[in-house]
Amino acid sequence: MCTVCGCASGETRIEGEDHQHPNEHEHGHHHHDHEHDHHDHCHHDHDHHHDYGLGPAHAHTPGLSQARMVQIEQDILGKNNEYAATNRRFFNEKAILALNLVSSPGSGKTTLLTQTIERLKDQMPITVIEGDQQTSHDAERIRATGVKALQINTGKGCHLDAHMVGHALKSLEPEIGSVLFIENVGNLVCPAAFDLGEAHKVAILSVTEGEDKPLKYPDMFHAADLMILNKTDLLPHLDFDVQRCIDFARRVNPGIKVVQLSAKTGEGMADWLNWINATRQLALIGQTQATA
Amino acid sequence: MTMHEMSLCEGILGVLEQQAGAQNFRRVKTVFLEIGSLSGVEVDAMRFSFEVVMRGTLADQARLEISHIPGSAWCLGCGHQVEVLQLYDECPLCGSFQLQVEDGQQMRIKELEVE
Repeated sequence: MCTVCGCASGETRIEGEDHQHPNEHEHGHHHHDHEHDHHDHCHHDHDHHHDYGLGPAHAHTPGLSQARMVQIEQDILGKNNEYAATNRRFFNEKAILALNLVSSPGSGKTTLLTQTIERLKDQMPITVIEGDQQTSHDAERIRATGVKALQINTGKGCHLDAHMVGHALKSLEPEIGSVLFIENVGNLVCPAAFDLGEAHKVAILSVTEGEDKPLKYPDMFHAADLMILNKTDLLPHLDFDVQRCIDFARRVNPGIKVVQLSAKTGEGMADWLNWINATRQLALIGQTQATA
Repeated sequence: MTMHEMSLCEGILGVLEQQAGAQNFRRVKTVFLEIGSLSGVEVDAMRFSFEVVMRGTLADQARLEISHIPGSAWCLGCGHQVEVLQLYDECPLCGSFQLQVEDGQQMRIKELEVE
């Protein structure tokens, strides 16, 4: 393929690496604007991108003979994805259900988590990884419920990454057949892109936020398998249109499941606990040693 | 400024440093990225972060070339493959929101010009 802009014959292979569907080439790379972006590279002193075999530096930087092109073809998040795959293998081997809880700051994640733990801790082993930029307040709140919790402070970082989680797993040593809640940094943008090896992302949205958040932060709601609408006890005081919010979420992600609850009053918690139980059963399948 | 693009650029730098050893180069002159329009990457923020993150590294003052990949999706409503600009777009043919995104979410380092 063209060593300058990676177009033409490269399409099939590149697209095939990322995707399994057959019809894609029609929509493939000919829409790129690379022919504009890269003019100064291609020089068009040859029949554009069809003379592939002339060596890596053929079209570039005359006079700088040591310059060359190196094919990389790597996902920018490739390193994170490798760590995530390691975590995922660990979870599989130990039949651990790992859930990545994502939301804006103030959605009530930690309260939801403590209430969830209080209801489940006698039925199954639970561990928690808490991500925040600063302080260990949240981990302390979780530890007060009696389960193992570890705080990760990301400092300037706006999300947990799979490498941090891998380290946390080493010190936490979650039990076989347990549920691991990973409470991500409050942020609806970055955590969407960073796979931690979890089975599911769970997006928590409180009804005190805008009902159009699924459209404003589509990546997160696209990546999540479950949306929890929290603080429903406040609905009588608000203009929040629940159905509209759910419609927006389904626009971004037609398959997303939705649970409405109030962690404070306990209303709707049963649905959420059922979902955890059901997904945990899936995680336990095939595990003979699991302490189900 | 967003920190998201900043951490993506740190990811790029990690790949460059690892490749420098593996492919035997000392300086990176140009980085070619492929960014899908559904990837959530803000290109201006990416360019800004890139310059900042690469300062003082093997890619100091390297050029950043970005190819944009349009978003495409499979419509469960009408069975066609369509182009989408946002994850919440409706099918331009039938208006359905039952779209299965198939392309345009990538953020890849395609190749490097090095010496």
